[in-house]
Amino acid sequence: MIDFLAHLGRSGLHWLSLLGRASIFLFRVLRSQDAVVRRYRLTLIEIYSVGVRSLLIIVVSGLFVGMVLGYQGYITLVNFGAAEALGGVVALSLVRELGPVVTALLFAGRAGSALTAEIGLMKTTEQLSAMEMMAVDPYRRVFAPRFFAGFLSMPLLAAIFSAVGVMGGFIVGVGLLGVDSGSYFSQMQAVTDWREDVVSGVIKSIVFGFVVTWIAIFQGLDAEPTSEGISRATTQTVVASALAVLGLDFILTGLMFT
Amino acid sequence: MNDDRVADTPHVVVEDLVFRRGRKVVFDGLSLTVPRGRVTTVMGPSGTGKTTLLRLIGGQLRPDSGRIWVDGEEVARLSTRRLYALRKRMGMLFQTGALLTDMNVFENVAFPLREHTDLPEELIRNLVLMKLEAVGLRAARDLSPAELSGGMARRVALARAIALDPDMILYDEPFAGLDPITMGQIVTLIRRTNSTLGLTSVLVTHDVVEAMDISDHVVLIAEGRVMDAGTVEQVRAGASEWSEQFLDGRPDGPVPFHYPGDSYRDDLMRGRESGND
Repeated sequence: MIDFLAHLGRSGLHWLSLLGRASIFLFRVLRSQDAVVRRYRLTLIEIYSVGVRSLLIIVVSGLFVGMVLGYQGYITLVNFGAAEALGGVVALSLVRELGPVVTALLFAGRAGSALTAEIGLMKTTEQLSAMEMMAVDPYRRVFAPRFFAGFLSMPLLAAIFSAVGVMGGFIVGVGLLGVDSGSYFSQMQAVTDWREDVVSGVIKSIVFGFVVTWIAIFQGLDAEPTSEGISRATTQTVVASALAVLGLDFILTGLMFT
Repeated sequence: MNDDRVADTPHVVVEDLVFRRGRKVVFDGLSLTVPRGRVTTVMGPSGTGKTTLLRLIGGQLRPDSGRIWVDGEEVARLSTRRLYALRKRMGMLFQTGALLTDMNVFENVAFPLREHTDLPEELIRNLVLMKLEAVGLRAARDLSPAELSGGMARRVALARAIALDPDMILYDEPFAGLDPITMGQIVTLIRRTNSTLGLTSVLVTHDVVEAMDISDHVVLIAEGRVMDAGTVEQVRAGASEWSEQFLDGRPDGPVPFHYPGDSYRDDLMRGRESGND
């Protein structure tokens, strides 16, 4: 019993200390955000690396998710004679939920893990220490541009995911299953509300972008400076990001749509 | 203060330094001085905290107690801005070179110049080529860090460390894992850099022969404190038993060959008793 309590205490202290380190890190990154504007070239490079290079996976996944939604939506709706409502179903599913959530999960796997590995390796090979000793603040030179790039890229990628998904649903619904093209888009316009649905989805993706990038960069910085440590940190980034995204999605959905 | 008095004051003073890592005491009342404009080598066995000492001098770690002055400024009490100003006058050569892997050799050396000055591109180019020429790697300026050998990476890192013309360079294990030719090149570069630029150089190493060759001042540390310190001749002449063992590389002595534990006989007898049971 005493052992169990001691273990519980140690574990609690470990998590508390981790949360404390992560919060201090976040505070310092946010305090260095002016570097994002002053050093806009670095920020642009990171937006390319984090955002543009994630485009392929986002576009391909968005297309397939939209196509599957088109199929599944049609199969269900046709039983009620409401196949013409397919456009609305596909668009709402994507804009409210699947767009922000699936993009965030893919973003964590593609860009988040890369950020963790890159920063973990910079720490292991003493590049961050070398910068500090050259009087260059890694928070301004390395972390702030990457943080902003992740934060900015996520909503844009989620918007692209949803747009491509709508086209995927169109290809299957209209192209293969014979839903009327005009109905597909008019239903989509009729049921999708700008503030209720689109803005809510954008807010979700901004929150997910913030959290996933925070986790990814912090895990890299907090990684044990060994190859095993970097591998563990990369895994933790993907797992922690996925759990955080799904948990936050539940909370945000509850706050937005009730 | 006139120039002579400045020249006479030590560049680095460490006083009663105590530093712990978790429960392990790394330094327990360590005191030493680094004379200005000389090559000072801090030697000691692996794991005695030599690299930690450099990080404390550079302000990357804070002592638990005691003080460290660099150029008259107490490092642990400096604000971030003043600490960074001090670091601009201080170069550090890391054991692995610590070159930035997303830049080529030229950009690595140009990095501190671009970060801290507004010099025109042409002048930066000339300065970088001068620094690279000094370490013999001007022609390697377009290579990436992955294409460099360990010795070349350290020479590029040295060029980067002297890019801002610092007053002092800290060398972390500069001879570790080098072949004899590269070792000779690094030894020559450290000595030449020190004499031509009038720098204060602090080396931490356990390579006795090379270090004794180029040092003006030697500090031997072990078990968290200074075992011997002085000029090379003074240390050789008045070496303690521990220092003699270290400098001569003897396998047994005050630092025993066997890890401390129960007596060998008792251990064997215990095995026999348990066998009888």
